[in-house]
Amino acid sequence: MKVAKLFIAVLLLALPINAHAVDVVRVVSPGGIEAWLVEDHANPLLSMQFAFAGGTELDPVGKSGLANLAAGTMDEGAGDLDSRAFQQRLTDNAIHLRFNARIDEFSGNLKTLSETEDLAFDLLRLALTEPRFDDEPVARLKSQIQAGIRHDREDPDTLAFEELFRGFFSGHGYALRSEGSEENVAAITADDLRAFVATRLARGNLKIGVVGDITPDRLGRLLDRAFAHLPAEPQVKRAADIAPKVTGRLAVIEMDVVQSAIVFGHAGPKRDDLDYYVTLIMNHILGGGSFTSRLYEEVREKRGLAYSVGSNLYPLDRAGLIVGSAGTENARVGETVKIIRDEWRRMAGGDLTADELDRAKTNVTGSFPLSFTSTDKIASVLVAMQTNNLGIDYLEKRNAYIEAVTLDDVKRVAAQVLRADMLDVIVVGKPQGVTPTP
Amino acid sequence: MMRPFLAICAIFLLAGAIAEARADVFNPTSFTLDNGMEVVVLPNHRAPVVLHMVWYKAGSADEPKGKSGVAHLLEHLMFKGTAKNPDGAFSRILAQHGGQENAFTTYDYTGYHQTVAADRLGMVMELEADRMSNLAMDAADVATERDVVLEERNQRIENNPGARLRVEAQQKLYPKDHPYSRPIIGWRDEVAALTREDVLAFYKEHYAPNNAILVVAGDVNVDDVRRLAQKHYGVIAPAKLAPRPSLVVNGAIEGGETVLKDARVPQPGWTQTVLQPSYTNGDVKRVVALELLGEVLGGGATSRLYRKLVIDQPMAVSVGAYYNSGARGDGAFMFHASPQPDVDVDALADAVRAEAQRLLDEGFEQGELDRIKKRMISSAVFARDEMKSGAYTIGSARAAGHSLMTVEDWPDHIREIREQDVLDALAQVLTDPRRITTKLLPDEGRGS
Repeated sequence: MKVAKLFIAVLLLALPINAHAVDVVRVVSPGGIEAWLVEDHANPLLSMQFAFAGGTELDPVGKSGLANLAAGTMDEGAGDLDSRAFQQRLTDNAIHLRFNARIDEFSGNLKTLSETEDLAFDLLRLALTEPRFDDEPVARLKSQIQAGIRHDREDPDTLAFEELFRGFFSGHGYALRSEGSEENVAAITADDLRAFVATRLARGNLKIGVVGDITPDRLGRLLDRAFAHLPAEPQVKRAADIAPKVTGRLAVIEMDVVQSAIVFGHAGPKRDDLDYYVTLIMNHILGGGSFTSRLYEEVREKRGLAYSVGSNLYPLDRAGLIVGSAGTENARVGETVKIIRDEWRRMAGGDLTADELDRAKTNVTGSFPLSFTSTDKIASVLVAMQTNNLGIDYLEKRNAYIEAVTLDDVKRVAAQVLRADMLDVIVVGKPQGVTPTP
Repeated sequence: MMRPFLAICAIFLLAGAIAEARADVFNPTSFTLDNGMEVVVLPNHRAPVVLHMVWYKAGSADEPKGKSGVAHLLEHLMFKGTAKNPDGAFSRILAQHGGQENAFTTYDYTGYHQTVAADRLGMVMELEADRMSNLAMDAADVATERDVVLEERNQRIENNPGARLRVEAQQKLYPKDHPYSRPIIGWRDEVAALTREDVLAFYKEHYAPNNAILVVAGDVNVDDVRRLAQKHYGVIAPAKLAPRPSLVVNGAIEGGETVLKDARVPQPGWTQTVLQPSYTNGDVKRVVALELLGEVLGGGATSRLYRKLVIDQPMAVSVGAYYNSGARGDGAFMFHASPQPDVDVDALADAVRAEAQRLLDEGFEQGELDRIKKRMISSAVFARDEMKSGAYTIGSARAAGHSLMTVEDWPDHIREIREQDVLDALAQVLTDPRRITTKLLPDEGRGS
């Protein structure tokens, strides 16, 4: 009861924490490039995040790892600058430029002091439009990526997630490892990389977020400098939606380790699902709230079965999932899996109180501004708002979306979404107390 | 336990220290409460958010013999509750307020931190002050949490051949019974045998306001922090503290090579670690020269080792160098490399040494050191962009017993370093006999 009383006070108090202070402006450059900007003149620097829709899921057959290799090599020499000269130019001027290949998008980030911003945007233009892909850096990055792939092959968690996704998305790009296979990476040529850049990076599939010491006018000119030379549209069609193939299987991959890695999951909402926020809150209570979730409480706090345990929504552009993980001593894997399924079942059965719901809502609304503590973090949010079509006023509206979730909503969605017996469970280790599905 | 995170970030965080020299970067204000608790305030008004940290000058190196792991187990138990806030109320209340929290244990200190809306600072202080002296410590909780820690140990060490090798090798870098020779998380048997009384004894001995540093960063002003700190922490009675024994190694160490072969090693690795002075026992000039040396040899894709051994003469998949200056005991300068598939680990180790020796023999390229100094100094603005940089830099320095000035004057020290200082530091690194080597190799016999 004491908790309930305290709780009402908290709910009222929690409301003022929001991101209203962040003023998002739509900037359109003279050349028609759009970016969302938050001006912040506290420090003489700026961060830009940008993302091209379409990621590693579009890697061609036999060339898995193409987008990832492109991300590693585009900043290894461009225009007249070879790898050494390009990297030296970045380092000496404290310009941070990185590309990342993610499952649904090819992204990048640029962070620079204001005094070097012209140079920074010029180097970015070179990397985007005139990357050299010289033999030496391509070979070097391939060997580094292949070393990483070999390393991951012995990592229980990576193996478990790979197997989970292989089952869900067999035959679809989502089943591929972002880094590709050792053989596929070896097969990628400089021409493949050039084709990647020419066909995949365009103005039409680009979203940009900028935060820092810059005005809209000035940013407009810099945007044209970096992006105006890109083609209008990409030349690759993205795949259609795919329903994950969930079978409720339990698979074991034998590995000689003392602690088994357990991952589990089944279908969940996509980001544009009308019940997305309801499911978000439901999962927060179930396994998402780090030190307060039911899985944390039952698996770790009460029984000491694991150091880490939790679950998350995993919305992809073409499919939605709920996935979770735990690491448990081999002898206690059976017990842990049973508790996870029990908690899944309890939530699906509607065992949920108004207190739990309110606590989850205040946490999910109240913790949002905590991710606004650096320019890069805010710029990432600006890009995600665009790629997920959340609207430029999302930061103002998000709290209301969360507040609108009712107990009946959560119970309805839990009953629909959670399928304890249909959870695919993958265990890597030498687990006891579980029987693999034949 | 977040040691790896801290180690990796140390250079970046120290770079943040430039702030201090130019009063307009971090703007730290420091004062001490009447009961001896030190307070550091770092205003930063980007978001209406505050980072609240309490650092205890007690880490795994402060554990009694035979009780390894007790500092870290206590860190876990600090989340269990007090009479006033029982059964995990701390985390529950913080979560209700939308806060985030965690804690870490290192050799030299233990830290607790929360990030929360700026107007909740008083509430967080009240909770943290409560568990500074009122921890309930239920025997059943101790037993459960011991199991959690053993699973954490499995996850971090037993399941990871590279981590097992580091634990083994560390025993040769420090004399027998030196606290740094044992893992922070503890020896398995000793952790399994820890009792409620063991944890309580460590708590009573070390957790007190005069053994703690409060660091508050974010959307706050100094007067408010002073008032709240006095209200919540200022009323706690100080404890009688035993002086922390020196951790500096004066004599010889076992040294030598440690090899671990495991079927689960897909990619061989080599490291060499040399004991060098830290801010505790080193002349500032030498320590800062070692920091620059780490950047020159191993700081990223334009460093000497990477250029030579990954690009020009590709023997390695990765290579680097790193110097940890922040320990309460000795510092350590470390080289690491991972070979290309057809390259012998010993040949690569020789090549790393040869490339370091070449710098000593031939000296710097024109302008090379100045470029690196400029880059390190310009990183101040980037450090200021992230709210937590100053808090971690200053908190860790103070908790390890290093003065604020080692942080505040750092950019001036960097500016003053000449090429010869770095070469002198390198000469010592190359000749100091107190070193260990590790090799992580695939177990060919068992295949993989």
